[in-house]
Amino acid sequence: MKKIKARALSLLADGTVKRVLGWERGEDAFDCSPALFENEAEMERFVYGTCAGANLSKYCVKMGKAEGKTLVILKPCDTLSFRQLLHEHRVERDAFYIIGAGCTGMMDENGLLAKCAACKGKEFAVYDEIIDTEECRLPTGTEKRMEQVEKLENMTAQERFAFWQGELSRCIRCNACRNVCPACTCIKCVFDNPGSGVQSKAPVTDFEENMFHIIRAYHVAGRCTDCGECSRVCPQGIPLHLINRKLIKDMNELYGDYQAGLGDNERTPLTSFTKEDAEPGIIHERGNG
Amino acid sequence: MSVSNTGWTPKIVAFCCNWCSYAGADLAGSGRMQYPADVKIIRVPCSCRVNPLFILRAFERGADGVIICGCHPGDCHYTSGNYYARRRMTMLFSLLDYLGIERGRTRVEWVSAAEGAKFAKTMNEFVETVYTLGENRKLRDIRCRK
Amino acid sequence: MPKIGVFVCWCGSNIAGTVDVEAVSEAMKTVPGVVFSTNYQYMCSAAGQKMIADAIHEYHLDGIVVASCSPRMHENTFRKTAQAAGLNPYMVEIANIREQCSWIHKDKEEGTRKAIVLAKAAVAKLLHNQPLQAGTSAVTKRCLVIGGGIAGIQTALDVANAGYEVDIVEQRPTIGGRMAQLDKTFPTLDCSACILTPKMVEAAQNEKIRIISYAKVEKVEGFVGNFRATIRKKARFIDENKCTGCSLCMQKCPSKKGRDEFNMEMNNRPAIYIPFAQAIPNVAVIDPEQCIKLKSGKCGLCEKVCSAGAINYQQKDELLEREYGAIVVATGFRPMDPSPLNELGYAENKDVITSLELERLMNAAGPTKGTLLRPSDLKHPREIVFIQCVGSRCDENTNRGKPYCSKICCMYTAKHAMLIRDKYPDTNVHVFYIDVRTPGKNFDEFYRRAVEQYGVDYIKGMVGKVAREGDKLMVRGSDLINNRQVEIAADLVVLATAIEPDPSARSIGTMLTASMDTNDFFTEAHAKLRPVESPTAGIFLSGVAQGPKDVPETVAQASAAASKVIGLLAKDHLVTNPCVALSDELLCNGCSQCEKVCPYGAITYENREVRGPGVREVRRVARVNPAVCQGCGACTVTCPSGAMDLKGFTNQQIMAEVDAICL
Repeated sequence: MKKIKARALSLLADGTVKRVLGWERGEDAFDCSPALFENEAEMERFVYGTCAGANLSKYCVKMGKAEGKTLVILKPCDTLSFRQLLHEHRVERDAFYIIGAGCTGMMDENGLLAKCAACKGKEFAVYDEIIDTEECRLPTGTEKRMEQVEKLENMTAQERFAFWQGELSRCIRCNACRNVCPACTCIKCVFDNPGSGVQSKAPVTDFEENMFHIIRAYHVAGRCTDCGECSRVCPQGIPLHLINRKLIKDMNELYGDYQAGLGDNERTPLTSFTKEDAEPGIIHERGNG
Repeated sequence: MSVSNTGWTPKIVAFCCNWCSYAGADLAGSGRMQYPADVKIIRVPCSCRVNPLFILRAFERGADGVIICGCHPGDCHYTSGNYYARRRMTMLFSLLDYLGIERGRTRVEWVSAAEGAKFAKTMNEFVETVYTLGENRKLRDIRCRK
Repeated sequence: MPKIGVFVCWCGSNIAGTVDVEAVSEAMKTVPGVVFSTNYQYMCSAAGQKMIADAIHEYHLDGIVVASCSPRMHENTFRKTAQAAGLNPYMVEIANIREQCSWIHKDKEEGTRKAIVLAKAAVAKLLHNQPLQAGTSAVTKRCLVIGGGIAGIQTALDVANAGYEVDIVEQRPTIGGRMAQLDKTFPTLDCSACILTPKMVEAAQNEKIRIISYAKVEKVEGFVGNFRATIRKKARFIDENKCTGCSLCMQKCPSKKGRDEFNMEMNNRPAIYIPFAQAIPNVAVIDPEQCIKLKSGKCGLCEKVCSAGAINYQQKDELLEREYGAIVVATGFRPMDPSPLNELGYAENKDVITSLELERLMNAAGPTKGTLLRPSDLKHPREIVFIQCVGSRCDENTNRGKPYCSKICCMYTAKHAMLIRDKYPDTNVHVFYIDVRTPGKNFDEFYRRAVEQYGVDYIKGMVGKVAREGDKLMVRGSDLINNRQVEIAADLVVLATAIEPDPSARSIGTMLTASMDTNDFFTEAHAKLRPVESPTAGIFLSGVAQGPKDVPETVAQASAAASKVIGLLAKDHLVTNPCVALSDELLCNGCSQCEKVCPYGAITYENREVRGPGVREVRRVARVNPAVCQGCGACTVTCPSGAMDLKGFTNQQIMAEVDAICL
């Protein structure tokens, strides 16, 4: 979309922003990665199109510390992540100029991204201005968001174990899922902290199948916006988002509908309660054990 | 102690809040109510102090079952700790269940300081369940296997 | 590595009977860190404690494990022993090998094995212990009492008489509360005003007491010993220091349509008014909804007649900031509105009234000057029906009222019945009841007098319908003892409505982080042993705010709360529990999750320069106030980075125990 680039250039030129957080063109149509542009010359490589799958929110945590405003371009689902970061005081609203960029679904070489197939909608949770087209506002999301989770729920425990063992055993522990996750913004991650008791590095054990992804999913529970970046970046193609989605589904069912990144800095399902909440035993009484 | 013919006995970690359940366990003791020695209690101030990491750690290190006991909802010494614990444990259990881990290995039970009998009964039941499930292999760290 | 001593107690045969104590102390000698291990018959005895102290000196121990009875029993004993021997008291861990081992296992081998594991777990934890120091915080020697009814007044008087300053904040223009509205009090039938008003005057005259009436507490920050409250004093449009309470303004005020709250709105009052003759402060207040001057700018009559020049139409709300060491909640109650119970016809029939309305009708200062006349036609009622448990003791699922017993209704109905029969022997009195509950000193005697001496007709049964027929109220109910339906043509029906917490209680509870039950009564720290304290330190409970009570119980509890307040204010410093949360600022993300789950408001955030290896920047980080934190640990689990930890129960300590048990 040329409009976004033009607007970014003019905001750079008039000094409103010091830099632009966007995407740059690579080798081919699908090679498009997050990049920082500080002047018109650098902006030559700027691109926004169906290859801009990456969620730039996470980069804002670091960029927010830089001097002057940063222009960041966020797709509708990305704005949820950004707003959640605002709730958690990980970014300052004033440090950013946000262009809400219209989106018709993002692709990679295999077609529509998984996260886009179950698109959460085209509303922007936070922005300074929106640049989009009519087409960007059409409803999308043909796949029911929880379809695959339900499929897993309907399996037997043994089948589920086999499924996840199969998926998670391929994990090479490259940490890409963690590093890209906009909810994983800890100054020091527990997996890197010798004092945490769960520090770990190389995949020398079956820790990855067992603990790493459980702890990670649990740590972002209630804060995960279901942006799907974890699965998008996984070099092994592990459907990690299905773990987060399961927790989202359960929290919605047990504690009422909740979307991280919406609302006004309210408590997450795990930092709130009602006296009538279900007992943990409910998990053991339903579905397939 | 439950002993199988292979000599295996379950390892069970019970997190008990200081104010209700730990006192309930003490009461079970004063009442000489028997339950298997497989159960070892760790005292925490409140069920909300139980980090899911501790539970995962226990499984990783070879525990076969982990049970969390706290004050009854509404009776928390700290007014609301057990309400948070209830949600946290529900979500953790859901996650473990989703990954195919046997359901019987985790449990939450509210035991008051007056419920010594309930404590003993709960532990007897829990040990029995875990014993039936057998050794925890799914969540155990390879490094710790003997 | 720290040097650890292990002391295994036999507890006579309590432990030694099923645990081989010698084997345990021997096994512990091989555990890394343990430099000394022994066993003794009674570790808690003087000789046992000396053994510990000697070993601490001789082996220069850094910490000790006592394998004995429950820490709930002797943890403090051994901490003191350690402290006396020069060890930090928090370098002591207890392995519970009695209640949780020897007493519950019969097989000695099994018991011994388990005892060793438990002792190893205690050593594993102890290796991560840090010496902890209890902190102190200063105490502001002033008490805030929220609510100026008999509960608040009594607490304030007791605290003031002990020499401490007290502020009473009362939402109404006068103190006195519900008791001021009562006519007589059971079981002695003395006049309520006669016993209450001297106390009100005493409170007003006490130099240590400041009455802040027509005001509400808007904000409370801080913690036990150090509260800071913001109090909004509503504009009463009267200069309190000038008004003499002469009430001339009341007589001259042309606007007479205000509903008289003191008389349960059964009559009107002027726009400028003093709630009742003995009000404290005896100062007028202008109802801005009714005042012609405030609404239209015209009138100003009161200003003209006030020779004291006390009227000030420009007066604005005033905000006071005050500091307190203790806060007493004495917010009291109101009668439940019985209108939703359609079958009783309260909303449609003026002659169906509540018991508190009856109090005003019987009171010499009430709307009928003490002559019992029914509201609709001011005729003297000849047949009166009382209906008990209206909205009390209801099935929670039916939404018809409260699940609890309001406790005072049986007695005040007996009082009403007796007084009416005494004054108007020609009037018949019937009481429909479920049970009559009279557990109090001289209570049952009182009730029996109503029945036996005054011939009050008690009918065990519920009322199904109250309907107007002509100038009568037809009361249809069941008589369970005679197993029949009864119908009484009544002139007046009195409902013993449930009492419920004052509607202000909920927001006050939230403000104070003081827990409440589902009925909005404040919860006590312990139902039996700490009945006048809230679980939140420094907050005390007085009167019906905690649960239904009559006057003598309220006064007793008010004095009890006062004694707790005095005990707190008498201290110059408070020693704080050292096992509190602590945030590692190098790990803290400043995400505010912990703040949300803290039940005590102990966590605040600040921008602070954080320094560490390779780090020097200003970050938003959590700060735990150790004087407020109670050490539950809710924050530690919410913290995604593990920055928040709990002293005495750290992540490392607990995980070390887990490892020791599992390996």
